[in-house]
Amino acid sequence: MEKFRQTLKETWHFYSRTLTLVTQGSKIYYAWCLTLLLFIIVGFIFYLKQHEAGLIVTNMNDQVSWGLYIANFTYLVGAAAAAVLLVIPSYVYHFKPIKEIVVLGELFAASSIVMAILFVMVDLGRLDRFWHMLPFIGKMNFPQSLLAWDVLALNGYLFLNLLIPVYLLVKFYYRKGPNWKFILPFILASIPMAVAIHTVTAFLYNGLPARPFWNASILAPRFLASAFCSGPAIIIIIFQIIRKVSSYTIAIEDEALFKISELIAYAMFLNLFLLSAELFKEYYSHTVHIASFKYLFEGLHGHNQLVPWIWTAMAMNVIAFFIFLVPSTRKRLTTLNLGCLLIIVGVWIEKGPGFVIPGFVPDPLGEIYEYIPNLLELMVSFGIWAVGLLIFTLLMKVAIPIETGEFSHVAYVERATRFEEEREAWKISSSGKP
Amino acid sequence: MREKDYTRREFMRNLSLTALGSLSLPIFFSACSKQEKEDFLQKHFKEMSEEEKRHVIAKLEQRYLEQYGKKFHISTQEAVPGTLWGYGLELSKCIGCRRCVYACVKENNNSRVSPQLHWIRVLRLKRGNLINLEDSEHYYDPEMVPEKGYVYLPVQCQQCEDPPCVKVCPVHATWKEPDGIVVVDYNWCIGCRYCIAACPYKGRVFNWAEPNIPKEELNPSVHYLGNRPRMKSTVDKCTFCIQRVRSGRYPACVEACPTGTRKFGNLLDPKSEIRYLIENKRVFRLKEDLGTEPKFYYFFES
Amino acid sequence: MNNKTLVIWFGFFSGICFVSFASGASQEFPVSPPPITEGMFPCSSCHASMEVNRQKRELKDEHSNIKLHHAETMRWCLDCHDARNRDKLRLYNGELINFTESYRLCGECHGNVYRDWRAGIHGKRTGYFAGGKRTYLLCAHCHDPHDPAYRPIKPEPPPLKPLEGRAGHFLKNR
Repeated sequence: MEKFRQTLKETWHFYSRTLTLVTQGSKIYYAWCLTLLLFIIVGFIFYLKQHEAGLIVTNMNDQVSWGLYIANFTYLVGAAAAAVLLVIPSYVYHFKPIKEIVVLGELFAASSIVMAILFVMVDLGRLDRFWHMLPFIGKMNFPQSLLAWDVLALNGYLFLNLLIPVYLLVKFYYRKGPNWKFILPFILASIPMAVAIHTVTAFLYNGLPARPFWNASILAPRFLASAFCSGPAIIIIIFQIIRKVSSYTIAIEDEALFKISELIAYAMFLNLFLLSAELFKEYYSHTVHIASFKYLFEGLHGHNQLVPWIWTAMAMNVIAFFIFLVPSTRKRLTTLNLGCLLIIVGVWIEKGPGFVIPGFVPDPLGEIYEYIPNLLELMVSFGIWAVGLLIFTLLMKVAIPIETGEFSHVAYVERATRFEEEREAWKISSSGKP
Repeated sequence: MREKDYTRREFMRNLSLTALGSLSLPIFFSACSKQEKEDFLQKHFKEMSEEEKRHVIAKLEQRYLEQYGKKFHISTQEAVPGTLWGYGLELSKCIGCRRCVYACVKENNNSRVSPQLHWIRVLRLKRGNLINLEDSEHYYDPEMVPEKGYVYLPVQCQQCEDPPCVKVCPVHATWKEPDGIVVVDYNWCIGCRYCIAACPYKGRVFNWAEPNIPKEELNPSVHYLGNRPRMKSTVDKCTFCIQRVRSGRYPACVEACPTGTRKFGNLLDPKSEIRYLIENKRVFRLKEDLGTEPKFYYFFES
Repeated sequence: MNNKTLVIWFGFFSGICFVSFASGASQEFPVSPPPITEGMFPCSSCHASMEVNRQKRELKDEHSNIKLHHAETMRWCLDCHDARNRDKLRLYNGELINFTESYRLCGECHGNVYRDWRAGIHGKRTGYFAGGKRTYLLCAHCHDPHDPAYRPIKPEPPPLKPLEGRAGHFLKNR
């Protein structure tokens, strides 16, 4: 009982101190958080309109029934899976430069998963019936429905990516060594879990014979390859930003970034190779199912909205691949950052709208509807991205001081005792004056 | 950034922030009406006891009376034992007049506009081309039909024996009844539209907003799983007029067709017209290679 | 009446029944009333008192609105309508049938279609398809026997194009 009360006291103490930490910061910090809050509020207002009137206020319809929300969801699940590219070097190969920053990478994965889950939630027509999806309480269609698998996988991965960093950080805050026997199985479990979440997401598209564009066995490997490009690219950019704006001297070494970028080079090669394999199969066999590919890359019956987008994405991906392949461009920060930005945008186009929309064009009865998101969908999407960025910012605001050691219980206790001593001394000196 | 010391002011702030965060959800829920709470907690249709079903039916009939001013009769009639419904369509006779489409809309209380829900879609194909639906025209609007040189292909939910939509629904909101009809519990559907992505025949449509049905055109004899007035953000589809066929009547589209193109019957009854059709005509089904085993048999005479 | 007479009458009636069943003629289909113009039936109200003119000709005095366009080079009115009893139709073997059984006449030439119609897969049936009242529509309900070709009809409107039916919601598409 006493131990439980002690744990409770410690938890509250830690929590309230982190609240103190996140509510104080530099001017840039306040400006950033307030901008994000603004986007969140605007997005929320638009979402309320969608919730009230129904999804008719979006540009989705019976022909293209999934749009920007699910496109973003697919991309973000991939970005979240990329944390595994930090976990493996740190915990399996004990590569020191990455080991310093793996916790931050896992928190990035957690924010990404939160964004992905939010995108699915805003896409649901009846969010008020979400409890129907819960196992045992609702009527979850497990194991037949891939969406049910996805719910379990995503939440499991979120749980792991919150448990592990929080556990390690809290232990470090209290200057207690982590119980590796407890936490290491979770860490090692997060490796296949990362592959699993993105495989499940790929399978939920893959298992639909009605959509020949998606019904390709190559889908799951393609997803993983593109995920392992885009996620680490985001991580590289974010870590450089952190290194710059954080007032704490966090040890994000260039070496860590270069190692990650090497992995991106391999992943991008795989991505391009798998894409070429798909293109060969479709264009050489030339069956009826080439229609979606034609729509995407050439235009179909005069409809060619996505064509400039996909070719831009292809160009970006190929240029980025060469930037990452050649060591001199990879090891120079300017070109590295350019490559990262190219990959982030290029893979977003290829995996988001360039993947979800052609699956619906032409629809099973041969109709072509060109979907473009409208203002409401864009605002809600920005709002959700802002939520993810805000969560990540707040997590970093706590995690980095802990990692660098400046925010710790020991330091707090020392400061508190010193404060008490000074106060006592002042009392004595002030009472000593008649 | 230097940390400030932990004062009483900060403690109060932290406490209030936590309280605000954790109490917002219960406050939100307590703002809902009793009706909304009851709707929120309604069980899945297949798990309701007879008593609960009666209660839900009474509640719905009362609500429809208030909303539309008409006395509805909601049936929960179960599948007739020994029945498996099949549908036949003689393509040589279809003239593409779309009378079936609008008869279905009227019979099944579909939303007319904003959103417009058509459960049947008639495709126009050039002669010489049938299976590649990419060249089909959905929006043909000539003065008179049939037009020379064209074939008309009506498509609706095929009530597959191995339905991909049932497989992918994450909450079991759609399932296959014992008589072969694939139904939706409209109060259970969460509106994720995975089933729409999964259907190879575009048999399912979505209520993108609250349905708009003119009150005078409402059909008050409905089935819970069939044509009762739906709500926004749920999926619906052709149910072979479940409210009619389970009492032995023809579906509305069969009765509306002016050329006698449509046939209907019980596949398990060897003397039914659908069995005669399958045994004596050259029937085919759409997209048979997908393995969905649809129950919709098309055939040509000439 | 003695035993021999009884046997003869009995044999006669059972023979009739046997013959009827053998030819399938008495197979009754519940049909909708035939689509005869108002006031025209019974035809014998006019024709009983008229002389029978078997000359193949174009009708000018009455029934001039009927233009025969159905194997008219090979037949004319009195090949299907019985000359002496205009309330009946005439089969090839001379048998007279009611208008409610006109499908038998059509079936003489259109045997394949007649077979399909009997099975229920040609033409229209309304009502109940099993166990209850299933009403067949006669051939004549859809095909005018004097000019059977289908006329084109005006189609119902096409479905609204995607996003077309969304007026009224405040965020219009592009």
